[in-house]
Amino acid sequence: MSDPLIQAVEAPDNENVPQLRPGDLVNVYLRIKEGANERIQEFKGTVIRVRRGGNSASFTVRRVASNGIGVERTFLARSPRIEKVEVQRHSHVRRSKLYFLRDRTGKRARLRQKFDA
Amino acid sequence: MLKGLIGKKIGMTQIFDDGGAAIPVTIIEAGPCYVTQVRTAGNDGYSAIQLGFQEVHPRRLTGGELGHLKRNELPPLRFLREFRVKETELKPGEKVTVEVFEKGDAVDVTGTSKGKGFAGAVKRHGFSGGPKTHGQSDRWRAPGARSSGTTPGRVFKGMRGPGHMGNQQVTVQGLKVVLVDPERNLLGVRGAIPGPKGGLVLINEARKAR
Repeated sequence: MSDPLIQAVEAPDNENVPQLRPGDLVNVYLRIKEGANERIQEFKGTVIRVRRGGNSASFTVRRVASNGIGVERTFLARSPRIEKVEVQRHSHVRRSKLYFLRDRTGKRARLRQKFDA
Repeated sequence: MLKGLIGKKIGMTQIFDDGGAAIPVTIIEAGPCYVTQVRTAGNDGYSAIQLGFQEVHPRRLTGGELGHLKRNELPPLRFLREFRVKETELKPGEKVTVEVFEKGDAVDVTGTSKGKGFAGAVKRHGFSGGPKTHGQSDRWRAPGARSSGTTPGRVFKGMRGPGHMGNQQVTVQGLKVVLVDPERNLLGVRGAIPGPKGGLVLINEARKAR
């Protein structure tokens, strides 16, 4: 339970980040600074964790890169560095943290798509 | 010029700087403070400014305290603290707010650390404790030997050992001001400050230049 005075100084919700749920397939567009110029990097994967907590709110995206190597990135949900987040599809999941996906590969790592909402 | 305030620790969070990096911040509800007395070298042997903070019901204060404040037509204030200054143009009765600080200033924050009670040497001084295995019992967090044998035949004064920990005045120096909110009387400094949420803290201009 955070103090109202703390909430007052925290940044408002990043409007380019929609309400995310575990199991969502998302594209995260991240602003990256390289020396003087700035570019946008894309990261595509499944949301396996959503944490609340004001300015500390974060979500973790997992994707399987080449050679079957799993890559997970955690983003601060209110960070101004996030350009936008696109939700491609929702999944039917029964738990809030999808850590079990780490132990699965191939067809076993699929999630059933959810069409409503 | 006085750069000091009395405040209340609200808690910690993180905010994003201009580059988008998340930085740890402690939020302090600082001021508004009132100058309750000006001490001068001629009068008191040293020069300082006495500030008052946090209005309370008059019943909370003693008659003497009320009289001291009434002299400058001030509301009843709960905390009075002195800040050493060389010279000042401030007069008793004047108001001091967070606007004396600005983003980028370095400050020292003084508070009373959280009390830990009677703590062992491992927690209090970072001793390693004893071995946990190889047939040992009752030695995990033992402080070890405190002294030699017959010579000197006593424990030297100041040897570190178990005892009361915390609940003492602690100052953290050179914290950077990252947030000033005059509307809500809030001050944000980078990093942690001593004491529990709601604890009284003094904010001073940094003594040492970085």
